[in-house]
Amino acid sequence: MFSYIGRRASHSILSVIGLLTLVFFLTRLTGDPSALYLPLDATAEARAAFARLNGLDQPLHWQFAEYLKDLLQLDFGQSLRQNRSAMEVALEAFPETLKLAFIAITLSTALAILVGSLAAARPGSLFDRLASLASLAGASAPDFWVAIVAILVFAVGFEILPTSGTGSWAHWVMPIFVLTLRPFGLLVQVVRGTMLSALTSPYIKTARAKGLRRQKIIFGHALRNSLLPVVTVAGDLATSLVNGAVVVESIFGWPGIGKLMIDAIIQRDFAVVQSTILVTATAIFILNIAIDLLYAVLDPRIRY
Amino acid sequence: MTIITPDTKPATGPGTGRVLLAYLTRDRLALAAAAFLAIFIIAAIFGPLLVGDAASRLGLRQRNLAPFSFEHGWIYFLGADTLGRPILARLIVGAQNTLGIAAAAVFSSMLIGGALGLVAGYSERWYSHLILRLADVVMSFPSLLLALIVLYTLGPSIANLVIVLAVTRLPIYLRTARAEVLELRERMFVSAARSMGAGPARIILRHIAPLVLPSLVTISAIDFATVILSESALSFLGLGIQPPNFTWGAMVANGRGYLATAWWIAFWPGLSIMLTTLSLNILSNWARTIADPQQRWRLQRLRKAAR
Amino acid sequence: MNQANPILKVESLTVDFLSDNEPVRAVDNVSFHVNRGETLVILGESGSGKSVSTSTVMDLIDCPPGDIVAGTCVFDGVELSRLDAEARRNINGRRIAMIFQDPLAYLNPVYTVGRQIGEVFESHGAGSGKEARAKSIELLRRVGIPEPESRIDYYPHQFSGGQRQRVMIAMAIALKPDILIADEPTTALDVSVQAQILDLLRDLQRETGMALIMITHDLEVAAAMADRVIVMNAGSIVEAGLAREVFSNPQHAYTRRLISALPHGDAAEVSNRRSTTSAGETLLQVENLTKEYVVASGAFAGKRRFRAVDDVSFEVRRGETVGIVGESGSGKSSIARILLRLNEPSSGKAVFAGQDVFRMRGKPLMDFRRKVQMVFQDPYGSMNPRMNVRAIISEPWVIHRDILPRKAWKDRVAELLELVGLKPEHAERYPHQFSGGQRQRIAIARALASEPQLIICDEAVSALDVSIQAQVIELLADLRTRLGLSYIFITHDLPIVRHFADRIMVMKQGRIVEEGPTSTIFSAPRHEYTQSLLRAVPKPKWLVPEERPTAERSVGKTGLRLERTRNGSLAG
Repeated sequence: MFSYIGRRASHSILSVIGLLTLVFFLTRLTGDPSALYLPLDATAEARAAFARLNGLDQPLHWQFAEYLKDLLQLDFGQSLRQNRSAMEVALEAFPETLKLAFIAITLSTALAILVGSLAAARPGSLFDRLASLASLAGASAPDFWVAIVAILVFAVGFEILPTSGTGSWAHWVMPIFVLTLRPFGLLVQVVRGTMLSALTSPYIKTARAKGLRRQKIIFGHALRNSLLPVVTVAGDLATSLVNGAVVVESIFGWPGIGKLMIDAIIQRDFAVVQSTILVTATAIFILNIAIDLLYAVLDPRIRY
Repeated sequence: MTIITPDTKPATGPGTGRVLLAYLTRDRLALAAAAFLAIFIIAAIFGPLLVGDAASRLGLRQRNLAPFSFEHGWIYFLGADTLGRPILARLIVGAQNTLGIAAAAVFSSMLIGGALGLVAGYSERWYSHLILRLADVVMSFPSLLLALIVLYTLGPSIANLVIVLAVTRLPIYLRTARAEVLELRERMFVSAARSMGAGPARIILRHIAPLVLPSLVTISAIDFATVILSESALSFLGLGIQPPNFTWGAMVANGRGYLATAWWIAFWPGLSIMLTTLSLNILSNWARTIADPQQRWRLQRLRKAAR
Repeated sequence: MNQANPILKVESLTVDFLSDNEPVRAVDNVSFHVNRGETLVILGESGSGKSVSTSTVMDLIDCPPGDIVAGTCVFDGVELSRLDAEARRNINGRRIAMIFQDPLAYLNPVYTVGRQIGEVFESHGAGSGKEARAKSIELLRRVGIPEPESRIDYYPHQFSGGQRQRVMIAMAIALKPDILIADEPTTALDVSVQAQILDLLRDLQRETGMALIMITHDLEVAAAMADRVIVMNAGSIVEAGLAREVFSNPQHAYTRRLISALPHGDAAEVSNRRSTTSAGETLLQVENLTKEYVVASGAFAGKRRFRAVDDVSFEVRRGETVGIVGESGSGKSSIARILLRLNEPSSGKAVFAGQDVFRMRGKPLMDFRRKVQMVFQDPYGSMNPRMNVRAIISEPWVIHRDILPRKAWKDRVAELLELVGLKPEHAERYPHQFSGGQRQRIAIARALASEPQLIICDEAVSALDVSIQAQVIELLADLRTRLGLSYIFITHDLPIVRHFADRIMVMKQGRIVEEGPTSTIFSAPRHEYTQSLLRAVPKPKWLVPEERPTAERSVGKTGLRLERTRNGSLAG
């Protein structure tokens, strides 16, 4: 068990280091940050001074070595734009995204299990067909477009919800709706599909031969066995919620990690880009461990 | 545990194409999706020849023209954008870019991912582990973030867009192919071939690859929808395709600033994206039902015996 | 017996399965009845529709795609199709219970067996909570699960195959049903475990007086259990009557063919297909073959070694058939895979044509791969489904370029197909278009294509129906005479080797426990294990005295020893 988590952790740390290395070199190849930060008519001396101050005049490999050294001392660099610790900036934004993502994934999983299993209980019924179409539409809708249409209808048209920002509960409605839609759609498909195949499996025959009630067969036996693939997909979707967060946060002006990332990339704020990657990767790593542990709870055949 | 099926007559009867068509006509939603996709693909291929210059022709009189009017000709039926360019024409030209980029990305990630998966599944040498580790790195990080970083550093161009999209989808094919190979290489016909003296190349190419291909193709249909969504999100965020080229995602981004005054500029391209991905998802759902022997009867014409 | 008032009466039942266009008739105008305390066996080969009628009784057929065209099922005076859903549900589990072939699949993997047994009580209002648990423990004890107080909290995968079937039985008899339907209950089990399960079923029937409907394809099991038997073929009943009469004097042509195909019993001594010529020079000499696996069993327990093959030596002479017999896990298939260089041995030596097989590289290895061929258990699995028969049979010539020039391939494929009893025009078809027996013929044709000297048959006929088994054995024996082949014939089925092998090796836990000429092994087995295997072969019910004390004894002693627990690792 512990050796398993250790193994997972060492793999993940290697992955994160690989990713950080890649990002470090890629960002430095894109262009000279001093060009972005100093006024156009800045003198060559001013540029050189800026570069020296931030270690940008050194050879690339030397910069990388410095970066790794700092990393080991838990120093993640300064944000050029905000003039404070980059990690501080990233950790400030992270909880905002986490709140959104947590609500979205919980909501979509719960709704999807409900809708998906009811649809699978009566395949071919009107409810099943409607649920299938709605979930397919949810899985197919481009999130940025849904966000725009939602703003058009609820903020511009009816003027009942704010277009962007944070503050009241009303600010939460549209971001959460947009973030929930796609995971919900995909999960309904998964729940329905695995339920349908579970319902044709041998142990369901046994349950019917035992004379169990229909609800018990569907929700006690078939659904219980379908949870494993649902958890797998929900875990993957939780990871890719960060994708949605980038879009949703930048449209709704939500001060989370996605918006921070986009802004930092555009402003060439290296240290912040790297800190956000580190924070996101760590969160995803913890999530994956949690999902693995959940597997063992859900399926007695799985032991680490 | 019965392995042997009773004496089966050689499968005669209508060809597979005919059978599939019959299944398709029995699921109206899938039929509509197929028809819709067919129209889009034809429009994407031949449309630009017809409306090509209309898409970039500026029209001062048609600026922010509202939709649903034939006053300025059918090409302005869906309205016009802020520069007076007809949206319908731009949708058709945008379709070519959108579908073309997605097709190129899906095809190359299927090819490369599949090949790497075959190698990683069959061999247990160091490079198999390396391939898997790299796939893990790509998988363990949200694809859009990865794409954003890479695109911003490499510079947004169509080629880079295809590469980035292909790389982020690669692990899906790689893992599917590998999982299938792991199962297939334990199958008895592979053991049989090995015991006859077949080498690894022959086993992979002749015995394993043909059986892995169908599942990769199935995934690619669903993946096509995902890639369209990713590409349009990137283009929407301004890191995808660059002017003067455009895709549907970029068109939505153009209209974002005019939501209050001209909603149609952002609405139509978004709807096109959604209808395309929805059709793809409906069709792959339908294909999954047919592929499952336990569910296939739902799409069959069930004729009862006379009582 | 209460002949006038049977507990279950099925009358002119016809069931279809709907698919494109024409419905497929699974059961056609089937009528039967069963009385209290009686055992009715429904005998048929795969696809004969033998399970469909009982599934209809249990309301397990989904409609659609199923379609009950006609017929009635009257249970205890009540027509089942007239009952509403709740009343119908209440009969299942309480008055009619069912057990299935593959208990690992038929038990829910995520619930403990205690919970699954307890559900039967709860859903029929016969106790819940502590009470249900106590009753479940009692049931587990009754069906012979050791330490039921703790095993009740185990999951299905933590039991052995035989124990899982016992758990299924416990679940089925929980509410003392009037009828127990057993659908191939012992098919996946080793012969000694099968004997114990059959004993258990007989004992329970005696205790409770329930009717037993047993569905099987196995003639011996049928004979061992049946009071009455109905024989089904292609959805219809072809013969019905008292078991003794049907077996000793079959009337219908199909039944006659089925029973004559049985290579079992002493008749095999008379009509055997062993080789007639005395064996020639040594072809393969195996010395001290050992295959060891390292089993990692947790972080703290360290590594354990497990010997799948333990110091095995034997020889195969030209024109001879050597049978290797053993139950699952005895290491018999590992020997085949090692000899074919599919797996590497831990130590030992095998000399073929003067060279050590395990040291061969390059050209000698390719020659060896040509001279030694294998025929696998599952002919469908051993052929690439995407290749047609021509490509399958000519594959050895693609690999070994020097056997045959390309332009001769077509004619040779036709020749080989005729040799194994198929037609040349079959060459363009694909494996799924053939029946099981035909596929095995194709596999044999492929093995013959490289002109081998030795063919290793690993359970080559085990998956086939009995009547087909006999035909394939016949073919193999015929080819041996005509082409001077040698066989290593690996099987778990003693009666089959009796018919076919010249010498037999009996394997247990990786070791050869007994070896000798076939007739000696059967007439005078020396090793205790061989004797127990021979005893475990089911005997016709009418030949054994009614009250046998054997059941308790075999459950109590050998039962626990032979069934090994598979809780994740290979326990010793």
